[in-house]
Amino acid sequence: MSAAPLDDKTLGELREIAARYPEARSGLLPMLHLVQSVQGRITPEGVEACAAILDISPAEVNGVATFYTMYKKHGVGDYHVGVCTNTLCAVMGGDEIFSRLKQHLDIGNDEVAAQRQGDSRTVSLEHIECNAACDYAPVVMVNWEFMDNQTPESAVQVVEALRAGHDVSSTRGPKLCTWREAERVLAGFPDGRVDEGPTAGEASLAGLRIARERGWTAPDPAATPAVEAAQKAEGTDG
Amino acid sequence: MADTLTPVLTDTWDAEQGWKLATYAARGGYAALDTAFAMSPDDVITAVKDSGLRGRGGAGFPTGMKWSFIPQDNPKPKYLVVNADESEPGTCKDIPLMMGNPHVLVEGVIISSYAIRANKAFIYIRGEVVQVIRRVQAAVAEAYAAGHLGKDIHGSGYDLDVVVHAGAGAYICGEETALLEGLEGRRGQPRLRPPFPAVAGLYASPTVINNVESIASVPAIVQNGAAWFASMGTEKSKGHGIFSLSGHVQKPGQYEAPLGITLRELLDLAGGIREGHQLKFWTPGGSSTPLLTAEHLDVPLDFEGVGGVGSMLGTRALQLFDETVCVVRAVLRWTEFYKHESCGKCTPCREGTWWLVQALTRLENGEGTEADLDQLLDQCDNILGRSFCALGDGATSPVSSSIQHFRDEYLAHLEHGGCPFDPAKSTAWAGQEVTA
Repeated sequence: MSAAPLDDKTLGELREIAARYPEARSGLLPMLHLVQSVQGRITPEGVEACAAILDISPAEVNGVATFYTMYKKHGVGDYHVGVCTNTLCAVMGGDEIFSRLKQHLDIGNDEVAAQRQGDSRTVSLEHIECNAACDYAPVVMVNWEFMDNQTPESAVQVVEALRAGHDVSSTRGPKLCTWREAERVLAGFPDGRVDEGPTAGEASLAGLRIARERGWTAPDPAATPAVEAAQKAEGTDG
Repeated sequence: MADTLTPVLTDTWDAEQGWKLATYAARGGYAALDTAFAMSPDDVITAVKDSGLRGRGGAGFPTGMKWSFIPQDNPKPKYLVVNADESEPGTCKDIPLMMGNPHVLVEGVIISSYAIRANKAFIYIRGEVVQVIRRVQAAVAEAYAAGHLGKDIHGSGYDLDVVVHAGAGAYICGEETALLEGLEGRRGQPRLRPPFPAVAGLYASPTVINNVESIASVPAIVQNGAAWFASMGTEKSKGHGIFSLSGHVQKPGQYEAPLGITLRELLDLAGGIREGHQLKFWTPGGSSTPLLTAEHLDVPLDFEGVGGVGSMLGTRALQLFDETVCVVRAVLRWTEFYKHESCGKCTPCREGTWWLVQALTRLENGEGTEADLDQLLDQCDNILGRSFCALGDGATSPVSSSIQHFRDEYLAHLEHGGCPFDPAKSTAWAGQEVTA
């Protein structure tokens, strides 16, 4: 995948990220996300640029870029598909989904599937760790958006729709953007998709629905004794 | 006596566009801010102390006490950092909270920062949840536009700036000092303590690091009073908490209840274990908390109750596994996770998790001998308490607890010459795929 050069606009945005923090180096993680959004991966040029802006060595930047799993030294697809294979999702079917996708796409872990004739977009595949959506297991992430309650069949349908260039929406979020576009949001540049998708998915609402049915609420504040004043008088050592 | 479920933080999740300031404000949002500004910062700390709120990120340290450790005579700036790096396997409460109700977090950040006298706060969100990051970014922007953030908030003379910071994939950054390293643009490796972050945290300045749910609990405590919060929960574990049920349960999901509810009560609400199956083992608070079994259905899910049966309340991440699941497979997978996520800083964790995976793989494949079980326990003994941070300790929990409760199942692998379980029977679609 070709890497566009880091133009003045991008260099300006990298400096802008560093300026959000009391100490510029704090910007490094989001800066590397921005490098990925422009160049599709962590490039030597991107490392040099971050190092120059932060006045640290390229080795220090590389040390960070190789520590965090979201930074890619090699390119990923337009749509990066992550299958959760941590214990709970694995048991609920994540292992089967991952194995089906490897077979279907004819690739191994952390590889990009070949672009077939007629495919307008590419996909890559990776097994991921717990993504904090266990109540929707088994979970697949596409460009770090939730695809909840997947099956091997639904996962194959998703990757095929993506390769064909069709619109696909997260089950609990917006229409999927490309990996590079998502990386730009992570760098702190919103893309206007915030109002897509629901407030919460069905599983998130499981307890609230029961509380509503049964009329259960948190206690009425007016019915609890006001003891703060008394406690305040006792002092605050501790 | 409080109701069985007590929606506070989850209460707006069924609202249309619950992430919007207008929705939050229509339900009284940001009113607690004025209540707080009418109090002295010390009185806010006292209220949070009196409420009995204990950290909702797993360790359960009293939140108000943590705040009071900030040395106010230190001339350096003070910082609040929200730990939104939710990554503990099984834990899935902060992510829907930030997606559905980000303003309660922002309001909590403002009040908490005011209490510790910080003028700059950071929300460190794991990077792998883009829509959640969008929602929090937008909530912060809306709060600035409405005058809830920035200079002289609500005419109080108090200034606060908030930065939303995306991580980049590292479980270890949930450890608070590793998180600070990440936030300073470094590899996420934990720091030696002392000094504790309260004294020398972000940029070597006094810093409070709190979990999302802890901070989000603050506005209601300030608005409704410490006694209101303390009227929920048990003697030493006060208030409401989100319980996350996942796995082989009819209705997995989020259940916000007073601390001290039992798994039996939660399972009743959630329709029980999936049809035709029985509970075999579960984690009370994520994979780093020792496994429990069906014997523990009536243990009060508070810090003392779960501690009393040799586990930990952790993040109330109840992962439920039925009798179709091989405990060795489950433990091996968690152990592979810890090996992958070990930051490499200390030898017991870096090398120990590698060796645990070797031994468990052999056992799962039916190789090795019974002596391997003792060796596993010996390896755990060399990791637990000898690692630099809690990741190593957590890695031993599933191993030692599974041997304690399911030693015979490990042996069955040796007798069977491999895993006696069929993984196809555990999937969400097991028993549904047979059609003519």
